Amino acid sequence: MEPIIIEGTPKTPTVKFDATEGVFEIKGRSIPENSVEFYKPLVDWLDSYKETPLTKTVVNIRLEYFNTSSSKCILDVFKKLEAIHKAKNEVEVNWYYEEDDEDMLEAGEDYESIIRVPFKMIEIVE
Amino acid sequence: MGFDIENYVTDQAKNNVILFYKGNVDSDVINHVLDTVEDKMVEINEQSKLRKKVYNVLVESLQNLYHHVDKVPEGFEDQTSEKFGMLVVQKVDNGYKIITGNFVHADNIEKLEEKIKRINRSSHEEIKELYKFILNHQRISAKGGGGLGLVDIARKTGNKLEYAFKEYNDKYSFFYLNILVDEREQI
Repeated sequence: MEPIIIEGTPKTPTVKFDATEGVFEIKGRSIPENSVEFYKPLVDWLDSYKETPLTKTVVNIRLEYFNTSSSKCILDVFKKLEAIHKAKNEVEVNWYYEEDDEDMLEAGEDYESIIRVPFKMIEIVE
Repeated sequence: MGFDIENYVTDQAKNNVILFYKGNVDSDVINHVLDTVEDKMVEINEQSKLRKKVYNVLVESLQNLYHHVDKVPEGFEDQTSEKFGMLVVQKVDNGYKIITGNFVHADNIEKLEEKIKRINRSSHEEIKELYKFILNHQRISAKGGGGLGLVDIARKTGNKLEYAFKEYNDKYSFFYLNILVDEREQI
């Protein structure tokens, strides 16, 4: 599978999905007006990946800001990962948040409570 | 018609208004407003926790306008703006005030007011649960909104949503939302 590599912009995150390493990363700001347009290709890509996933997939989410419209799309990403996990593959989500950013920690906890995939909350200390 | 929000800005003009905008709310305007307010907060060395909250609330407020405003009434001075809105960002003692204004068609008032009332009578814990419920159960609407903006604003600020509907004519009202983002400890 071709990897997805998207450079970040002020409103959309940097994305690196590499199927050969099984390491996926979403990083930066995700505040587009039309989040579906941005996330649909990612969700579709994960749909293909879940047919033949690696035995271990690591997902690093390192967002500075995301809007509520992205929050639904990010949930769609996690739902694909949940399906991979459910098919007896190892999936690990690392949810990064800056040390004073309780809102970002809480957002990670929201997903952790909805999605049946192990989450690790990782505080970024400057 | 004189808008209250303009009177407010005139009254407060010397009182730390960081930004006043009136007109079409498109993607470029949103970018510009976000950059301006963020730069200003960095310039005055605002603590990062408050800065992030203000930024988040501003994104949601602007995108609420972008996704949900009704078209302007016939005869209104600005007929060219497809998504007409107003915005004030003001520095106050413990934080920032973000005030938005937009037209709402009479048919849509009740639903919007119900939504705000529901949020305002909920505890912080209930708002968290409501957010998770909507996140998990509601699809993104045709307009592109997720139905989460106001809930998110209430959750992040920990404050009640102050609002008013001022009748413009028999079909339209002007809706004001007055959001306080302050430094007090979250419950």
